[in-house]
Amino acid sequence: MSPPLLETYRVGRRYGDFVALRDVTLRVHPGETVAIVGPNGAGKTTLVNVLTGLLRPSEGWVRFLGSDIAGAGPVRLAQLGMARAFQLVQVFPELTAAETIAVGALAQAGRGRRMLASLGADRALRARVEEVAAVFGLGPVLHRPARELSQGQKKLLDVASAFALRPTVILLDEPTSGVATADKHGIMATLTEAARRAGVQALLLVEHDIDLVETYATRVVGLRGGEVLADLPVRAFFADEEVTAALVGRRPARGAQG
Amino acid sequence: MRGGALLAALAAVAALAAAPPLLGEYRTTLLLPVFGYGVALLGLNLLFGYGGLVSFGHAMFVAAGAYAAAVVTGVWRIESFEAVLLAAAAAGLALALPVGALCARYTKIFFGMLTLAFGMLFHSFLFKFYGLTGGDQGMRVRRPTLLGLEFEELDKTAFLVGPYYWYCLAVAALLALLMWRIVRSPFGLALRAQRDNPRKAEYLGVEVRRTRFVAFLVSAAFGAVGGAMLAVPTGLADPELAYWTHSGTLVFMTLLGGFAHFAGPLLGALAYVLLQDWLMSLTPYWRLLLGAVLALIVLACPQGLMGLPALLRARLAARRRRAAAPHPAPAE
Repeated sequence: MSPPLLETYRVGRRYGDFVALRDVTLRVHPGETVAIVGPNGAGKTTLVNVLTGLLRPSEGWVRFLGSDIAGAGPVRLAQLGMARAFQLVQVFPELTAAETIAVGALAQAGRGRRMLASLGADRALRARVEEVAAVFGLGPVLHRPARELSQGQKKLLDVASAFALRPTVILLDEPTSGVATADKHGIMATLTEAARRAGVQALLLVEHDIDLVETYATRVVGLRGGEVLADLPVRAFFADEEVTAALVGRRPARGAQG
Repeated sequence: MRGGALLAALAAVAALAAAPPLLGEYRTTLLLPVFGYGVALLGLNLLFGYGGLVSFGHAMFVAAGAYAAAVVTGVWRIESFEAVLLAAAAAGLALALPVGALCARYTKIFFGMLTLAFGMLFHSFLFKFYGLTGGDQGMRVRRPTLLGLEFEELDKTAFLVGPYYWYCLAVAALLALLMWRIVRSPFGLALRAQRDNPRKAEYLGVEVRRTRFVAFLVSAAFGAVGGAMLAVPTGLADPELAYWTHSGTLVFMTLLGGFAHFAGPLLGALAYVLLQDWLMSLTPYWRLLLGAVLALIVLACPQGLMGLPALLRARLAARRRRAAAPHPAPAE
């Protein structure tokens, strides 16, 4: 098996006396879509913050592409090739969609610091922005400020700008929260297709919607009380009634199979 | 759009270049501070409009530039104005390195208060260190040479409304061009991104604190060069230049012109200078009227003079819609 892209070993995180994470060992390999599930307070957010270098673990280590990323911070992670999209839509209200995507594309190209280069004359940048926008269907609104976009378009723009980093791994924190139920599969289909096209090697997904997890994940990591209760391929996970009952409540009535 | 902006800029420069003979000595003298302030405000607005960081201490950099001009011409006896401008930029940068390193960690009111505090410290330094800075007497700024030319045959006013006026116009135009490039560069985009959403910017690889710090340095250098340009007509670098009310005036000018537009600070400098002259000729209570104008801008036209056309268009459109509507809108 190829070496893991992202790996934690016996990671723990304490806040004073409170143990938010205990003994979490996890590996993400190329080609995987790993869903992290669990009830509120199970430690999902803490784990994601450790995985994205935002939080330094109290115990254990975390590596991305072989580098120690404990507390490395978002800028370093972006440079290494990990992108993150948040649960709540994050855009730059006054920047146009094109400019928003350009921020990520410039950082990826290592040209984000230049002070005298003209953005308007940068054809390679424009081509890259248009390419990313096309994947997310944002072409028609490319020159409108983000504040004028619909909620769904903002969500797509948020993720599109993260894709502009050409990440190896992308972490999607409840990508369909705040989106109407009818649109959820559409957004997820767009995201997974975009990930495939952009050369993203693995997706990490924090998701409450069990239907989506079952359809799109290849592996499910179930957390409870800060510990890994289950780390199983998606079919095995949903076949285990004890695990599903403990982690995701009752199974949806209809047995949705991707 | 871009062609339009270029044409407008060229027309403005041409009009200003042709203005002195038409305006006469007094009014031309009046326009001189517009160039110095314009340059300083371009710097201030890199932080304010593009970076979302309102500095209430920027007068310290203007003062640093003026004192640099005094030291270069008065103490070192170097008369070249090009050397003065370079020394001013260096002085602004030297002061901004420690101040900016601290201030760039903060945003919003904390940034504003910290810059205010450093501005007051710098004022105290200029005021108290009599031996070094001349205290409340300030320091004399001697008349410089321009591109090596002395203009000995011209008296002070003729020098100022002639060669010095055009020289400052050229410097202001060149620095405006430089700033135009900076705000349209990847760096300028990163600066605007961190203004709108610093967390998102970091996740897209923007080094937020470094970006703010670099913007602070550029801003300070522009402030100091503007300060040196202001000090030649008055012939004096005095501590009041660094006083906090002067920082307030810089922010006022930027608001007056419109911080959301590139040309806002330049228009603001012009409008402020003309407004102040007009109000001073009307009444000794001109400060009261200036205050009223500031309140009016913030309440009625927060985008400043540059935002006025858009505001009027929106008002007109709303009125037309109301007139066209067959039924009154339901009460809210």
